[in-house]
Formats: sequence, structure tokens, C-alpha cells
Amino acid sequence: MILNNTAKGRKYCHHKDFPHDHQSPADRRAPAIHVQKSGTRQIKVVRRVLDVNEKMAAENRKRFAEKGVFVLNVMSSPGSGKTTTLEKTLLKILPEYNSAVIVGDICTTNDADRLATTGAPVVQINTDEFGGDCHLAAHVIEKAAGGLDLEDIDLLIVENVGNLVCPAEFDIGEDSRVVILSVTEGEDKPVKYPLMFRECEAALLNKIDLLPHLDYDKDKAVEFIHQVHPDMPVFEISARTEEGFEPWIEWLKNKIQQKI
Amino acid sequence: MHEMGIALQIVEIATASIPSDLGAVRVAKVNLKVGKLAAVVPESLRFCFSVATKDTPLDGAELVIEELPVLARCKACNTQWTITNPVFQCQTCNSGSLEILSGRELDIESIEIAAEDKNDSE
Repeated sequence: MILNNTAKGRKYCHHKDFPHDHQSPADRRAPAIHVQKSGTRQIKVVRRVLDVNEKMAAENRKRFAEKGVFVLNVMSSPGSGKTTTLEKTLLKILPEYNSAVIVGDICTTNDADRLATTGAPVVQINTDEFGGDCHLAAHVIEKAAGGLDLEDIDLLIVENVGNLVCPAEFDIGEDSRVVILSVTEGEDKPVKYPLMFRECEAALLNKIDLLPHLDYDKDKAVEFIHQVHPDMPVFEISARTEEGFEPWIEWLKNKIQQKI
Repeated sequence: MHEMGIALQIVEIATASIPSDLGAVRVAKVNLKVGKLAAVVPESLRFCFSVATKDTPLDGAELVIEELPVLARCKACNTQWTITNPVFQCQTCNSGSLEILSGRELDIESIEIAAEDKNDSE
């Protein structure tokens, strides 16, 4: 069966967003149609596939700006110590700055339960409910932020789904992005996932307390990071021992201060 | 990894782009531009597209993917070049201050309506 989806056609009409040639300026519904040699008729579209997400992200950003909330999108591979890092970070940021967390996870509320022990309000998102499983999209954040009193919040941390590929592609309306990698992963993660490291403003290299037990070449890892993103700040930390947290917390406080 | 979501979005945008006065037509082709730096695997996307188009005006349509290279410009010395490996540093002056000119695209350029309209819609 072939659907004739005219109602949708109007709703998502590209005319609103992009300049293009009209056959007749009077008829706003008529896009440029070009008959191909094969007999097919080509219709110009010129739309970003993710523009629905981008528009929603822009709305989120505006709302966060109005409420004076600094939004940090934290991304990493699974098992890099993201939740522990955020737990310890929150304990050092609270109560000076009111903080809340949105946690994206495919299943379970384990991360949310752990983060809630810091006293910060936590909103858990299980992404399967929203039909995706590899990243958080802007509309999910909009929904989740609806459950928070933004007036009272200085820092909103979004713990993205553990994945070094997809989350980098989706703007959620954040102010800054950071990526966490750990010394139990390969040194070459940054060059394997360059988009992630290009898109983030700072990197946290976690689990440095394990370095004496590993063959990990930390300098090589930092070199790879800078190959992809020259001058990127790299904070070497251990979420377990809290070693190296000071410069990271200072960086974060500075960012919050600039926004609120 | 999120190719299915992208495929569904493509179907939605393409369907919405069919002028309503054409009635029930079939889309034969969707022309897409994908930057090399976009987190999209063309083969996976084609597969997802073939599934996502079932029972839509795009059923059986071809997804034509034009891959765009990662083009960078050095903000310090204005050199322009194509990045082919993950080294984001100017080859001329070693500056790391770059502007990415292309490579992040994920854009639908156009759709092509099949020559013969099929009347099996209603």
C-alpha cells in the first residue's frame, strides 16, 4: 500500500527553513521539480536529517539560559567510571552549587540510585522507552528537565549513555561536553572515536590509581587526545581515590560561574 | 549505531517533501549527503532504510549516499586540506585551531518521484 501523507507534508514542510526556487511564488506548496532523463521527477529537499533534534536542542538551550542553569553533557565508553566520577564530583560541588543529574541508561536505575545518595535530584531515563538505545536526544532531555525545578539549579549534569560514537552526534542543548576515558581502555580510543574527542571541551582520564598495575602508556593517550583535539584540557583523575580532582572541580566551577 | 533512527527520520522528511498535489506517488530515490565525520555507516544505513521504508511511499526506493570528505581550514594560516586520518592539526603551520568546512553533513538533498504513478494505494 502506498500512503499519501499530505497532512504530514504540511507539518514538516521544508519551505519554512530553507531558501529555494519556487515554480510560482504564489503557490507556497510547490517545490522546485526537475524532470530527470530517466523520467523521474526530482524534488529538492535540502534538510538536515537531524534538524528536529537540533531545533529541540536550541529550545532546551534557551530555556536553560533563561533559568541560569549550566548544563554539562558527560559522555564516555561503558565502564570508564562515569558514575563514580560524577558521584565524587557532585560531593565536591554541593552544596556550593545546587546540582541535579539526568541519567541515561538503556536499562536499570542502578546509576541513578548511586547518584541520588549525593543528595542531588536525579532523573533516570531508560532510553528504550524512547525508541533509541545508544544516545540521549534533545526531546528526551526536554522531558526529563520538566521534572526538575530549574529555577533552583545551577548545574545540571547529563550522564549520557555509555558510548563513544552516537552521543557525540546529538546536541541536547548543553553548554559544555566532557568525555571520560579510563586507563583500562586502549590508549588509541581518541583516534578511534575522533568525533567524540573533537566535540568535547575537556577530557577526564580516569582510574590513574591503576597505572602501576598496567602497561598503559598515559603520555601516548594524551598525545592521541591532542592529535584529535589540540590544546584540549586533560584532567588525570582517580574517581576511587579522588586524586587529581582539584583542577577538574576548579574548571567546572569556573564554567558554572560564567553561566549563572 | 543509531542508523535505524536516522532511516526513520529520512523516511519522515522524504514523505513530507512529496508535494500534496501529486497524490499517491512512489519515491524512487533519496539523495543523501553524509560527511565522513558523521557517526553513520552507509551500509548499515542502507539496510535500515530498506526496512524503514516498508509500507511507505518510499518502499523499494534507492538510497543514494554521497560521502563528503572532512575538509578543514587552518584559522592561523588559512591552509585548506582534506583530513584523511584522525590528525586535526595544520600540515603547514602545526596550528590546532581549525575550522571544519565539511564532514559533519547528514542532509537530504532531494527525492526523486518514480516516473509511473502506481494506483495501488487505495
